[in-house]
Amino acid sequence: MIAAILIGFAAGVLAGLLGIGGGSLFVPALALILGLSQVDAQATSLLAIVPVGLVGAWRQHRYGNLRMRDGLLVGLCAIPAAALGVVIVNAIPERLTAALFAMLLVYIAWTLARGALRELRGGDPRRLDGDDDDAPRPA
Amino acid sequence: MPRSRPVQLGAIGVAAGLFSGLFGVGGGVVVVPLLILWLDYGEREATGTSLVAIVVTAGFACALQALYGNVHVGDGLLVGIPAVGGVLAGTAWQQRLAGPAIRLLFALLLVVTAALLVVRP
Repeated sequence: MIAAILIGFAAGVLAGLLGIGGGSLFVPALALILGLSQVDAQATSLLAIVPVGLVGAWRQHRYGNLRMRDGLLVGLCAIPAAALGVVIVNAIPERLTAALFAMLLVYIAWTLARGALRELRGGDPRRLDGDDDDAPRPA
Repeated sequence: MPRSRPVQLGAIGVAAGLFSGLFGVGGGVVVVPLLILWLDYGEREATGTSLVAIVVTAGFACALQALYGNVHVGDGLLVGIPAVGGVLAGTAWQQRLAGPAIRLLFALLLVVTAALLVVRP
């Protein structure tokens, strides 16, 4: 139980740092430590994600890093797709879809890392001082 | 942003929602890299904006999962309450990091997430 609390805190740090909900840590903590089934762990992680996302978004708004309208549009368009995903996961074995999703994530990771390493090596020195020249745009 | 890109934003939302419903993640692992790679967001903006989308998506998916009887409230609070403390620390920490460093950390997160998806029981 202490481990679950610590993993919860770590998930929150990752959520704030990387803009995720923390599900990648909540789900294994709920499934492997607290003994929930995989589907229940995924469902319950959503309950933890909501307050984390709210507080994180509020902080990023204060830091000036939020495009509220874009975020709402992404989230609203996600709802019907999320409903479809829930129906699917309750109807089919998830092993294959999980493996395919894992491969997609590795590919995206490679794409992100390649660009970041190029910038760190001096490809775009404007980015090195931490001043995101392309970040602040009028909403 | 020189022009609004509602179609791309909507497509990102659809992809994120599908994975949210399927795998219980809020969709941030999809939203953040696509905002950066496709819509040229800065790293901090992408992560902040992603959290807004996640609240909407996860809130809805959570309600639907509750109808299936899959949500364990006590266990959710046990990990969720310490996570709220964590997110305060994480957002503060992020403001001190350079953009490419955030992106590298995100790439690492994606690889770990992929590994967890494959090896889980």
